[in-house]
Amino acid sequence: MADQTYPIPGTLDRTPSGGATVLEWLHSWVVTVDHKKLGILYILYALCFLLVAGAEAMAMRIQLAVPNNHFLSPELFNEFFTMHGTTMVFLVGMTIIFGIGNYLVPLMIGARDMAFPRLNAFSFWLSAFGGLFLYFSFIGGFGLYGMGNAPDVTWWAYAPLTAKAFTPGHNTDYWALSLIVMGFGTLGAAINILATAFSMRCRGMTLFRMPLFVWLMVVTSGLTLITITPLTAAQVMLVIDRYLGGHFFDAQAGGAPIVWMHFFWIFGHPEVYVLILPAFGIASEVIPVFSRKAIFGYPAMVAASIGIAFVSTTVWAHHMFTVGMTSVGNTFFALSTMMVGIPTGIKIFNWIATMWGGKIRFATPMLFCTAFLFQFLCAGLTGIMLAVAPWDWQLHNSYFVIAHFHYTLTGSFLFCMFAAFYYWYPKVTGSMLSEKLGKWHFWLFFIGFHLTFDTMHFVGMLGMPRSIYTYQADRGWNTLNFWISMGGMIQAIAVLIFAWNLIRSYRYGKVAGNDPWDAWTLEWSTPSPPPAYNFAEDPVVRSRRPLWDIKHPNDPDWKYER
Amino acid sequence: MQRRRGLPPIQPQVLIPSLLCTHALRSVAEGAMTTPSILKPVSTPANEIFHLSLFVLLISGAIFVVVAGLLAFVIIRFHERRGDAEHEPAQIYGSAQVELAWTVIPVLIVVVLFLTTARVIFAIQDAPEPKSALDVTVIGHQFWWEFRYPGLGIVTANELHVPVSTQQRPEPTYLRLLSADVDHSFWVPQLGGKTDLIPNHPNEMWIDPLKTGLYRGQCAQFCGVEHALMLIRVYVDTPQQFDEWVKNQQQPGVQDSAVAVGRHIFETEACMNCHTIEGTSAHGTFGPDLTHLMSRATIAAGAATNTPDNLRAWIQNPNTFKPGALMPAMQLSDQETDEVVAYLTTLH
Repeated sequence: MADQTYPIPGTLDRTPSGGATVLEWLHSWVVTVDHKKLGILYILYALCFLLVAGAEAMAMRIQLAVPNNHFLSPELFNEFFTMHGTTMVFLVGMTIIFGIGNYLVPLMIGARDMAFPRLNAFSFWLSAFGGLFLYFSFIGGFGLYGMGNAPDVTWWAYAPLTAKAFTPGHNTDYWALSLIVMGFGTLGAAINILATAFSMRCRGMTLFRMPLFVWLMVVTSGLTLITITPLTAAQVMLVIDRYLGGHFFDAQAGGAPIVWMHFFWIFGHPEVYVLILPAFGIASEVIPVFSRKAIFGYPAMVAASIGIAFVSTTVWAHHMFTVGMTSVGNTFFALSTMMVGIPTGIKIFNWIATMWGGKIRFATPMLFCTAFLFQFLCAGLTGIMLAVAPWDWQLHNSYFVIAHFHYTLTGSFLFCMFAAFYYWYPKVTGSMLSEKLGKWHFWLFFIGFHLTFDTMHFVGMLGMPRSIYTYQADRGWNTLNFWISMGGMIQAIAVLIFAWNLIRSYRYGKVAGNDPWDAWTLEWSTPSPPPAYNFAEDPVVRSRRPLWDIKHPNDPDWKYER
Repeated sequence: MQRRRGLPPIQPQVLIPSLLCTHALRSVAEGAMTTPSILKPVSTPANEIFHLSLFVLLISGAIFVVVAGLLAFVIIRFHERRGDAEHEPAQIYGSAQVELAWTVIPVLIVVVLFLTTARVIFAIQDAPEPKSALDVTVIGHQFWWEFRYPGLGIVTANELHVPVSTQQRPEPTYLRLLSADVDHSFWVPQLGGKTDLIPNHPNEMWIDPLKTGLYRGQCAQFCGVEHALMLIRVYVDTPQQFDEWVKNQQQPGVQDSAVAVGRHIFETEACMNCHTIEGTSAHGTFGPDLTHLMSRATIAAGAATNTPDNLRAWIQNPNTFKPGALMPAMQLSDQETDEVVAYLTTLH
């Protein structure tokens, strides 16, 4: 099919030989505007920061394994949890979804590249430099005593703690500026995905024949445009407060710290959906293929995704039940938050219905997706508990909340990302990831995850607040915290196995071929890895599963789809 | 293999460990006496929340059982079997009726949960303040609590005393929450939910402890380096105890000529810039009021017990207990430190 070659250097060239070639190869990665190479860059970048932020989490868990520990100083602990949160959300989560989206959206809709290849490169490098800028603060952002000083004001950075009076060094500036820079990068990537999905689809690919992953990337990108904007605005206001004598958040001059909270959570809550929606997209690709059935209720899935996006912009103040809103305000946000449960419930039911009556093959991608279903169910239920405003007055800012959002961001988001790696790695590199290492990875991570985050719910109900670097020995939290830390270590081992699998399989993995999973979307019609510009001829599709139609000419989808 | 006949008799060596296990589980679930568990409520707001939470747990537990059960069934029933990889299963694309069903049922559940939630929100948040209520102003500081009793003329720190409230004689305490610097959050789980202390944004909450005792809590909104050691102790006293405590707190600081040297140092060194001791020239407001320092069980917002040794170590270098505390090391000579500690230990 795609036997043409184009004189463009570095189509994932595996064997550079000689110094000049290596330089050329590197150069081709730096100047590339190819959506696949940029996608890979995004993903590698996210993986590096996953290890960094994971290491920060491990250091915190060592500190908290026993009461009154002195492994980390309070200053360093505060920097670590601030950086862990910021890194995981902006440098791992955002980059990995846009990386996977970049790689897959054009392939899935039969396009030869993104709509704006240069904007694509620009967006990636903005995000990349924003992240490096943030981490430079560890050595460059002087605080007290002229030492290197990373941001230490939590990742939600409530005013007025961020005011110059309370955070005199430059660390908060690094935080604010790097988020502005990364924000622009993200906006560029989102606009690009929207433009690509709306204007680059191949012949026959109507909006309602787009793979669900593409739909979810569209919804996520739209939501990104809505959410990153107030975040960037808030950061600009913060910088004005700190350097130009503004008083937006300065309580002593009549400013309102609550305004920061509103701005931050108008960004912050939809942000969770920005991350989780592409994960839904991945599950919606993986679950049908490994159940050997078409997705159940495609139109309902699309509608539910758009519904989630809409409702998610009305729920932000459920992060603020304790700031003293009126009872009517609290009631409104309790209701809007509970309503998120309806479209997400529809999604869970549709996934289960897809598996129902299928022949489920539990290869590693499907294992991760099945665990995702279970954990996302739990995360949804604890989410409902937190939406019950009076109960939230107890649970807010406790370890219960940490458990809840790690159930969504680790148990759901990260599990789907792992599924995506096992599923699409053969497409990207041409070789399969080791199933044996994959199973080890899955089971260790699964056990470690539950040990850590199940336990956190309980320690939260026993009154342990978040963001504390130590705790008293008489509080009854000792045993639980010890097991939480043990679970963390098990997860760390699993992630190392995963990293080793990625590296080892690149060279020694089984050859994948075009379509190792017997799948149905367009990317599997190209060679693995796909050549530059993907398709030699523009594909033409007649249904949501073009490869199913080819494989089953007597029983094609387009006869039945509505 | 031999068939086992009937059930084996229960053996004590099995029974006792399993009883111990249940006991251990129970103690993990509720925690020790000193655990600030939300599952051991002792005041009306905490109780209301606890009962609401049981109701919500019940509903979400039922949803969990149904959905997780379906998932488990699907995994077991429909996993791939040897030999059936040859042909694909029947393709089903969806069903409007089924979609409608699993949309309507969650909607109904949300309605029920919402109405229950709304009732409790209004019951707790909009409860009118009775005449018999005690007013306390709580002011959050980096990293300690200031408690002012405007009606009684008392100022104290970190250890809140409130009277017990009974059915016959309800005496709730209304807390007015202010902040001197950054955001904090007042959380004593057994007495009620948390409420934030935000500068320029006064908040309110109420508690009516139904059982005497000591209840622990701590700041629940990150407020800087020592957020972790911004602890709260609430003493719920019997009416007699509370009256005695009030009477004592209303006295000015003890004047003991035996420790006049220490007092002189306190009044002439930097101590007086931040601390108040009624009856002396020290009227600082940046740090805790020390007029009745010895009536408190802890120092440094609960970071250390209030013993002469700890006081001494604290004055020499607060960082030993609380790295990042805003009190500077006082740079006094050993002798001066001894004198000041001797003076402070008289402030009952």
